[in-house]
Amino acid sequence: MTTIKDLANKGNLFTQGHRACAGCGGTVILRLLMAAAGKDTVVVGATGCMEVVSTIYPYTAWNVPFLHNAFENSAATASGVESAYRALLKRKKTDKKINFIAFGGDGGTYDIGIQSLSGAMERGHNLLYVCYDNGAYMNTGIQRSSATPMGSSTTTSPAGSVVKGKMQNRKDLTEIMVAHNLKYAAQASLSNWSDFVSKVEKALAVDGPTFINVLSPCPLGWGYDTSLSIELSRLAVETHFWPVYEYEDGKYKINIKPKQVKPLEDFLFKQARFKHLKNEPELVEEIKKSVEEKWNCLLQKESSCK
Amino acid sequence: MSNIVAKTGNEAMAEAMRQINPDVVAAYPITPATEIVQIFSTFVNDGKVDTIFVPTESEHSAISACIGAAAGGARVMTSTSSQGLALMHEILYITAGLRLPMVICEVNRALSAPINIHCDHSDTMGSRDAGWIQIFSEDSQEAYDQTILAMKISEELFFPVMVTTDGFIISHAMSRLEVFDDKEVQSYVGEHKTPYNVLDIDNPITVGSLVLQDYYMEIKTQQAHEMMKAKEKIKELYADFNKKMKRNYSIIEEYFMEDAEFAIVALGSTAGTARYLCEKLREKGEKVGVVKPRIFRPFFAPEMVAILENVKGIAVLDRSDMMSSTGGHLFNELKSSFYRNSKQPAMKDYIYGLGGRDITVGDIENVLKDIKDFSNSKETTPDVKYITVRE
Ligand SMILES: Cc1ncc(C[n+]2csc(CCOP(=O)(O)OP(=O)(O)O)c2C)c(N)n1
Repeated sequence: MTTIKDLANKGNLFTQGHRACAGCGGTVILRLLMAAAGKDTVVVGATGCMEVVSTIYPYTAWNVPFLHNAFENSAATASGVESAYRALLKRKKTDKKINFIAFGGDGGTYDIGIQSLSGAMERGHNLLYVCYDNGAYMNTGIQRSSATPMGSSTTTSPAGSVVKGKMQNRKDLTEIMVAHNLKYAAQASLSNWSDFVSKVEKALAVDGPTFINVLSPCPLGWGYDTSLSIELSRLAVETHFWPVYEYEDGKYKINIKPKQVKPLEDFLFKQARFKHLKNEPELVEEIKKSVEEKWNCLLQKESSCK
Repeated sequence: MSNIVAKTGNEAMAEAMRQINPDVVAAYPITPATEIVQIFSTFVNDGKVDTIFVPTESEHSAISACIGAAAGGARVMTSTSSQGLALMHEILYITAGLRLPMVICEVNRALSAPINIHCDHSDTMGSRDAGWIQIFSEDSQEAYDQTILAMKISEELFFPVMVTTDGFIISHAMSRLEVFDDKEVQSYVGEHKTPYNVLDIDNPITVGSLVLQDYYMEIKTQQAHEMMKAKEKIKELYADFNKKMKRNYSIIEEYFMEDAEFAIVALGSTAGTARYLCEKLREKGEKVGVVKPRIFRPFFAPEMVAILENVKGIAVLDRSDMMSSTGGHLFNELKSSFYRNSKQPAMKDYIYGLGGRDITVGDIENVLKDIKDFSNSKETTPDVKYITVRE
């Protein structure tokens, strides 16, 4: 297993000096991702907070080749870079092994980029797509996305006197990726960094498209103190809100099964985006119900695919 | 050595692509350009090219993948038309802004609504400000030659280039085509040139940065200046192509313009119809001529003025409208080219052929009559006329 020391020794491929907010989960994801992937990696990033904070001209936080094209097309763009690489291999102009990683926020992945992602996955390019899911369009000021949890207040699903935040459930993107017959798809959480790192290593070892969805706490968007990002990642896992699992060669494995499941309220009420739900017990029950349904469904999948 | 074959415009462009043998082609089908990708994918699957073919799920992804491939140092081509080009719109600007060489074989077709699959120039004109070099072709031969030439222009200047034909009129019409040997094309296009390469993992660079108020203006000004400089280089590259490939192309083609009193200005296939008419009228002693700009972007304004300033009347044929109440794209370009010129011939725009509406020799003859009347009258308006429209 990779230790923190091993990771530290891999050098800073995603460096300090970027402009992310204090407590930003996304940049921690990128740092771990790059530590796991190593230097022989080309990264394509979608428009969104992570691209914006890391590439303000004439500076860059990237010590690997980094390409940003637009918001909705990081997967298609990466599929092009990977195709250029295959063309080089075919013409025997290179024999290097290179990793290809594309990333996007939940907006760039679940919503506007899902077509591009689906296409790239279906075509079978040898690339890893990482979604950092902070549950809203943070870069443009916390608008709802299809990854925004039910009940969450965002600037386009505000908690109003009539409508209490977002009224729809999250889209299950990881399962949509599984439905693409990927050899490897997973969900990870920063609270379990070594699990995330080994997932990146596994995904990159696969010859073909792979996908990892990582929960990305956002102090500003979720409304919590910047010191609590990892704590919230942990609570998300311990409340079953964010199952940490993987789908590998047709089999499901839930990597973290909390011994003592915590009440969802422990996760919800540490965040301002859910605070209006304190007066909405029925809505909280509905959210809890759907979280548990998802979890049970996952358990079933795990046991039926054994 | 060249060989004579019979090919449609689409076949001719696909043949040029085969001979160029690009590293990556990412494309999506759309009438009337579909055949280009179809034919090319048979080349791929029959092992006639080394290209990695990326059959994307949309044109947006096609050009996005092309950007990725070009940034990865690959020689890249694609093909599209109409709604496909419109769907690429956002990424067209990014291609040019990143200064990536790329060639699109674009088949001109009307834009919806109403949906229509036939020729006009609204799709290409809709992307005229994206920073691409835009080349029009009159026939399959020009489409074939200019596709090969475009690859060179693109890699010499680091500007993306779209080479267009007219939907169905050229794309589907079989005509005589003189093709080069594969080797000639290969040696003409030469080794691929790339401005940078994100596959160079030992020299990592960041491409597509966020550039704010402090540098954006410089970068865009530089791009604009490079486009200005590109004009001379394009002329040189056309001359170089003529020399190496034994052709005789000019950036603006003139027919009977030495002593013409009235001129028709047209892009693409319609120029051929106009030329035919002029030949007939010249036999009757009428001093009429035709001007066919091959390149719409960059616009060769002083060159156009120099050719046209001595006529009495200019009839501009526009196969697209700007919906601005001021006529079509070519007309607006030409009108502003004449600003503060000492000689000011009468000029009128004739919007024609939208959605594939046929344009006949007789229609252009009527245009000539009209421009004569217009230039003899004291009137300056209306200077835009929609022709061949059902009353
Ligand atoms: C086509 C297009 N539409 C809208 C935008 C504006 N925009 C930029 S980033 C962004 C939201 C990004 O959200 P997400 O992908 O969740 O990433 P985050 O900002 O949360 O990191 C939006 C809407 C854009 N750049 N391009």
